Amino acid sequence: MTSVAVPAPHVAAAAHAKTGLWSWITTVDHKRIGILYFVTAFIFFLAGGIEATMMRIQLAAPNATFVDARTFNALFTMHGTTMVFLALMPLSAAFFNFVVPLQLGARDVAFPRLNAFSYWVFLLGGLFLNSSWLFKAAPDTGWFGYANLTSKTFSPGHAVDFWMLGLQILGIASLAAAFNFIVTILNLRAPGMTFMRMPIFCWMTLVTSFLIILAFPVITVALVLLMFDRFTGTSFFVPAGGGDPVLWQHLFWIFGHPEVYILILPAMGIVSEVLPTFSRKPLFGYPFVVYSGLFIGILGFGVWSHHMFSVGLGPIADSVFAITTMLIAIPTGVKIFNWIATLWGGHIRPTTAFHFAVGFIAMFILGGLSGIEHASPPADLQQTDTYFVVAHFHYVLFGGTILGIFAGIYYWFPKVTGRLLSEGLGKIHFWLTMLGFNLTFFPMHLLGLWGMPRRIYTYDKGLGFDTLNLVCTIGAFVLVISTLVFIVNMLKSIRGGKPSGPDPWDARTIEWSIPSPPPEYNFAEIPTIEHRDDLWERKRSGKGPYPQPANAHVHMPNPSYWPLVTAIGILLFFIGLMLSIYLAIFGFVFTAFGIYRWAFEPAG
Amino acid sequence: MPSLPHPFRRLSFWGCLGLALLLAGCHAFPQNTLDPSTDFGWQTHKLFTDILWWEVGIFVLVEGALVLALLRFTRKRKGAGEPEQVHGNTGIEVAWTLAPALILVFIGVPTVMTIFRTQAPPPKDSLKIEVIGHQWWWEFRYPEYGIVTANEVHVQRGRPVHFEMTSADIIHSFWIPRLGGKRDVIPTRTNHLWMTPEKLGVIPGQCAEFCGTSHANMRLHAVVNTPVDFAAWVRAEQDTLPPPKDDSLAVQGAALFVNPAKLCTTCHTINGVSNGVVGPNLTHVGSRRYIAAGLLANTPDNLAKWISNPPGVKPGALMPVVGVTPDEARALAAYLTSRK
Repeated sequence: MTSVAVPAPHVAAAAHAKTGLWSWITTVDHKRIGILYFVTAFIFFLAGGIEATMMRIQLAAPNATFVDARTFNALFTMHGTTMVFLALMPLSAAFFNFVVPLQLGARDVAFPRLNAFSYWVFLLGGLFLNSSWLFKAAPDTGWFGYANLTSKTFSPGHAVDFWMLGLQILGIASLAAAFNFIVTILNLRAPGMTFMRMPIFCWMTLVTSFLIILAFPVITVALVLLMFDRFTGTSFFVPAGGGDPVLWQHLFWIFGHPEVYILILPAMGIVSEVLPTFSRKPLFGYPFVVYSGLFIGILGFGVWSHHMFSVGLGPIADSVFAITTMLIAIPTGVKIFNWIATLWGGHIRPTTAFHFAVGFIAMFILGGLSGIEHASPPADLQQTDTYFVVAHFHYVLFGGTILGIFAGIYYWFPKVTGRLLSEGLGKIHFWLTMLGFNLTFFPMHLLGLWGMPRRIYTYDKGLGFDTLNLVCTIGAFVLVISTLVFIVNMLKSIRGGKPSGPDPWDARTIEWSIPSPPPEYNFAEIPTIEHRDDLWERKRSGKGPYPQPANAHVHMPNPSYWPLVTAIGILLFFIGLMLSIYLAIFGFVFTAFGIYRWAFEPAG
Repeated sequence: MPSLPHPFRRLSFWGCLGLALLLAGCHAFPQNTLDPSTDFGWQTHKLFTDILWWEVGIFVLVEGALVLALLRFTRKRKGAGEPEQVHGNTGIEVAWTLAPALILVFIGVPTVMTIFRTQAPPPKDSLKIEVIGHQWWWEFRYPEYGIVTANEVHVQRGRPVHFEMTSADIIHSFWIPRLGGKRDVIPTRTNHLWMTPEKLGVIPGQCAEFCGTSHANMRLHAVVNTPVDFAAWVRAEQDTLPPPKDDSLAVQGAALFVNPAKLCTTCHTINGVSNGVVGPNLTHVGSRRYIAAGLLANTPDNLAKWISNPPGVKPGALMPVVGVTPDEARALAAYLTSRK
């Protein structure tokens, strides 16, 4: 295996500044952008976690007064919005950025400057949204922003403006990134890497990216209509003017349900990489895992009204959406069965990454099963908008997505840094996470069934909610501790971790054939792919390492600050929409200027 | 260390499930969805438990397979050769695609049947009650009897009740868990929910759709009466009470109530006294168990507290601080308490 380790080839890469703040601001290197995504999203993840912890303190006892009603409403709105748009999606994007080009055998993404632009727009959008706290105008109408509570009549002030404009900014970032990754995956695969030889993580990135470009325009339309309602007095969602608040729900969930798969599919991709590596077996039923991912993505657009079973859409609509929703259980089940079959007969090495991947399966099963209850509208009439639903989607998005992302972090950290995370601290992190997670979220199933609605800042004594709410809060603090353990692990390992070498896991895919951390150009010579798990096959075929050129000229794109300039223009435009039309016009012109200079910039 | 899912998780699943079933029916959980008290509630509950048993079975099988795989195939020592590189098996794939599809038939068919049964038109002899959601209280109108009341809805055991629902402002959701499922209350739309109450008692519920600042404080109660008690309640509600005479505090309160400076009549109706429609009808407010949409027990002290500073009791409450002295608040409370 070590024979595959690659000596740094003699390569003439363009001489760019390699260190310092300016090199990060102007970087177009997908690996650096991936790291920026990770650090930023992780900080937002901590912010969302602090918001969650504050809610849990408030709910630890009946009639508590830790925060007031408006603050609590802002906390759950910002917790949801932050976790979905500023933590989980960009954490996935961090993996897309760092891993996908390496798995494809590419030197970078298709549009490196557009990639930098996506990151800057995401960062500025996230800061804009969170700056609302400073102006005491944090959004407080829920991450779903149901009309007509969001209308000017019922939500005066700028809280809803921050939310609706912030999401539009973030949508631009997501769309630009999704197009980038679609083009990258379609066009920059190494020679010989057919679609059915492509690593599963790349497949899931591709499906996710298509979901983004199909789903985000829908919410963008909805947000623009809301913007007209609020800024110019139209009545798309205002009943008093003949509008329909239920229209918002349809538009939101036509986006919102695919969004759930946008959040979970990347984690499924990660798990599908981690399990084979540590079982030392190929992924069982690779084509079926791919097809079920595609099927989930397509079906995901036909189930939105299962979020609306209490709206009263009538028995026919309820039945149709119940059945389409139940159908999703089939491809999801197929994935789970294939993962278990991957373990079966393998030589399992229970590393921390593997622990988290198995934790993902174990918890996701529970989240999927409680989802079947919601798929049945009569049963859902009792469960919707209760803590049962809160339990369900945290088993999917925390038990699923976050555990999957942790698996990915422990798995690819050595590729990013050249050092291994501590396995000892990792196992502590894993078990504390499992304990805290189940302590926090399992009791919520029962609270919901016992009649505790979501989004209430307080509850009375005598409803039987007291004890389990306290248990949930204790669980939340265990999660706080587990997260601290993880942070300590990262900070310790980044400098003092065990050097990993290029291929610490005896892995299967080609990103492990290059040094850790990879050179700026990734592959001195693009490998030719002959098998699905090409590196694994190669290591066992006796062919030796991939050929390295003695003297190659690798042409890398120049750094650029125009993506950041353009992103700032977009931010100014949206702030202007809220504050002053002149600022909006200035922002528009600034953006146009940025794009113009970007377009005519010598690419190096 | 082999990677087993946390053992306590499965224990807690069974433990809590058993606990939940044991406690179903226990009064410790007055909003318990597992303790239905109507035919509608039983239908949704049956569907829930049927699906739950399928899920328990699947859970045991799949998590069991996962645990078994981990126990059997976790490598105890290094360097024991390579496992066989199995890529898949189409027969197995087809089998585990069809198996869940088959189970879904057993879940889907009863689901669709229950949907159509529970959403059928209500029986002709139903007690129709119009429900109107407001930020943050509930208005109930009985067109059959000409009654308008708030936050406490009286129904009759054994007689189907048909809630016809809409909203005066934004979307709320009408939910009294033990009566059955919830239904959203949406401006410009009319929604329906009907069921036949089977058990007597006072059953709490609360708004289930986030509706702004005091969403958590938008509570309500259903009172399930015997036919005799229900008829008595209807007669009492239809009665227009005479102004208070004996109790001097209440007489003083009656005068304050109609004093334009105190604004009461702008928003509130007391039959024969005022016609405000913004806030709850107070004709028989003294007979209700709670005030402020289920927040406070209906006592003169609580009424006085509420009248003095509504947003202090219920954050964001649309009833303003009208500027009454403590004495005036006590007088108004005495007057309202007399409106049985």
